[in-house]
Amino acid sequence: MEPIPAPSIDLVSLAPVLVLTVFGIMVLVTDLFIGKNKSALVFISLTGLLMAAISSLAKYDLPVYSFNGAYIVDHLSVFFTFIFCISSALAILVSIDFNQREGIKVGEYYSLILFCTVGMVLLASSTDMIMIFLGIEIVSICLYVLAGIRRNDPKSNEAALKYFLLGAFATGFLLYGMALIYGTTGSTKLTIIAEMIREGSVRSEPLMLMGVVLLIIGFGFKVASVPFHMWAPDVYQGAPTPVTAFMAVGPKAATLAAFFRVFAETMPEISPSWGILLYILSVLSMFIGNLGAIMQTNIKRLLAFSSVAHVGYLLIAIIAKNSLGSASLMFYMLAYAFMIFGAFGIVILIGRKGDENLEIENYSGLAYKHPILALSMTIFLLSLGGLPPLAGFVAKFYIFSAALKEGFVVLVILAVLNSAISFYYYLKVVVYMYMKEPIKEFNITLSPMTLFVVAIALFGTLHLGIFPGPIIALAQY
Amino acid sequence: MLESYLGAGLMLLLAIGIAVGMVVMTSFLGPKRQFADKMEPFECGESPIVSPHQRFSVKFYLVAVLFVLFDIEAVFFFPWAILFKQLGIFGFVEMLLFILILGVGLLYVWKRGGLDWE
Amino acid sequence: MDISFDAIPLAHYLLLSATLFVIGVMGVLMRRNAIVVFMSIEIMLNAVNISLISFDRYLNQHDGQIFSFMVMCVAAAEVSVGLAIIIALFRNKPTVNLDEFNIMKS
Repeated sequence: MEPIPAPSIDLVSLAPVLVLTVFGIMVLVTDLFIGKNKSALVFISLTGLLMAAISSLAKYDLPVYSFNGAYIVDHLSVFFTFIFCISSALAILVSIDFNQREGIKVGEYYSLILFCTVGMVLLASSTDMIMIFLGIEIVSICLYVLAGIRRNDPKSNEAALKYFLLGAFATGFLLYGMALIYGTTGSTKLTIIAEMIREGSVRSEPLMLMGVVLLIIGFGFKVASVPFHMWAPDVYQGAPTPVTAFMAVGPKAATLAAFFRVFAETMPEISPSWGILLYILSVLSMFIGNLGAIMQTNIKRLLAFSSVAHVGYLLIAIIAKNSLGSASLMFYMLAYAFMIFGAFGIVILIGRKGDENLEIENYSGLAYKHPILALSMTIFLLSLGGLPPLAGFVAKFYIFSAALKEGFVVLVILAVLNSAISFYYYLKVVVYMYMKEPIKEFNITLSPMTLFVVAIALFGTLHLGIFPGPIIALAQY
Repeated sequence: MLESYLGAGLMLLLAIGIAVGMVVMTSFLGPKRQFADKMEPFECGESPIVSPHQRFSVKFYLVAVLFVLFDIEAVFFFPWAILFKQLGIFGFVEMLLFILILGVGLLYVWKRGGLDWE
Repeated sequence: MDISFDAIPLAHYLLLSATLFVIGVMGVLMRRNAIVVFMSIEIMLNAVNISLISFDRYLNQHDGQIFSFMVMCVAAAEVSVGLAIIIALFRNKPTVNLDEFNIMKS
């Protein structure tokens, strides 16, 4: 029989994935042979992330397709790989002191973060539905475990179970959508699907449209957009705080990148059918996210609802489906990473062993005791709301201008209205910090690593807000 | 003509050899503790008359889950085995890498005590 | 390859797959036992596998089969993580009724 030639394999384009996998396995194995002190694992993981970020630059003359068109290194994937490496590194740094305080002593924690990053890179770089599915699952399975990593804490268990059941449920929808699209177009490759749609024969196939709807449901669950957001508040509250911050940034960015690839890049010709659905999802996410956040008394739940609202804004970039849309998506996620890690860094600092101080009331009078922490928290919250000249404002500005360029005026007006609503609950926290008397003693240990993360986040938020030019230029490249 | 049966014959010999070897080895090496339940005709040492609402020890779950995980990976061996010759050295090396990673997983499970019964 | 697909048309396979999928979805939405919900999710995934493989045969190529391999493996990984989570939960609170998992509130 004829030998089957090896497919064109370009390991260089896969470099970040390989580096992260090897380092993830190294962490796992090293953990077996070292004692209680896990700082070596932190060091290995951070090295791995740094090397992955550097190795993602190995390809030039972008875009480069490899593995028969299943994997792409392009501008979007490289930029997102950087976001993932930054957010995972911040997550690891912010976990060090937290894990020590809360007695999370498992070395798997760090390798799970690395493996999760592998999934994220795959998600952002795949142009084949099988690979996208694998990427989503690698990310999700790592997150299920991370959410439940405090085995003896019922809240953590409950968060993991809810996340797991709803995540797996969403996987079913996603897969069915992929299967139907595969059936109508005859390929799992996004490039071929795009070609088939451009030709026009499959555009009005009912199976194709059903597939699109199911894909939106699946992706909608994974990014927690309304009406598929019900897991988010519970999971965000129950998961350990560094994990919450981690899952609010990286996995969400990765899923949105794949979302952008599958819809805006692959099927722009049938955008009326999916555009209207995303439009509804986006508006609902903004309103329900923001109105839901107003009623929260727990800071983690508040940030969970706020992240639902942010998904609403981010979906606008996909609806706009132009190159400014993808650039604004990248910029937004980078800015969001800094804001979220900053805010959760402060949440971690305020807590202490046995009492995490998660109620908003517990922030009363923080400004008198720790003015710098209170000021930083204020900056992060106002940036999340979108106040100029902070990063959040610039990010929103670019997303809105991408939508305006395509003529979505009503959508932008609704989004601006929502940004205004969101200030209500962000300012509520600020009011507590500056205008109320403390209800109990603050007993804050200023742990150095967490402070370091807050400082980086502060720098990022201010820098991206005041000098957005270079990064925007990179994103638009 | 007869040579074409050589492979099958070798396979048969190997299979018989392993089966017989295992039976002989266990009868020499295995511990022999005899008690009443074990000498019952059925159920491999389980007591034949018990309440139907028997609950399994939770220890079984870990082994079961690990079994499912490693077992399902075999799915990737089937297409590889069918096309073994055509894939050539490239397919062989890829599969070795795959097995190596599975091996690291097994090492991890082993060292963490996932295979201990007690 | 000469595979006759006339005996049973594609639509029947798809109908079977859709029916199983809906049964799975209903199971997830209506049952309260974590393990049963979990099994319903597995039914959904296997329904998708039927679709994938029948499309694969119909189109006479192999992407669908590879896809279904991946689905099976991922489902196995999910099973092990899911069972581990349920067992960890069970150790803290001996029930698998989903309505009783409500520590966190709005």
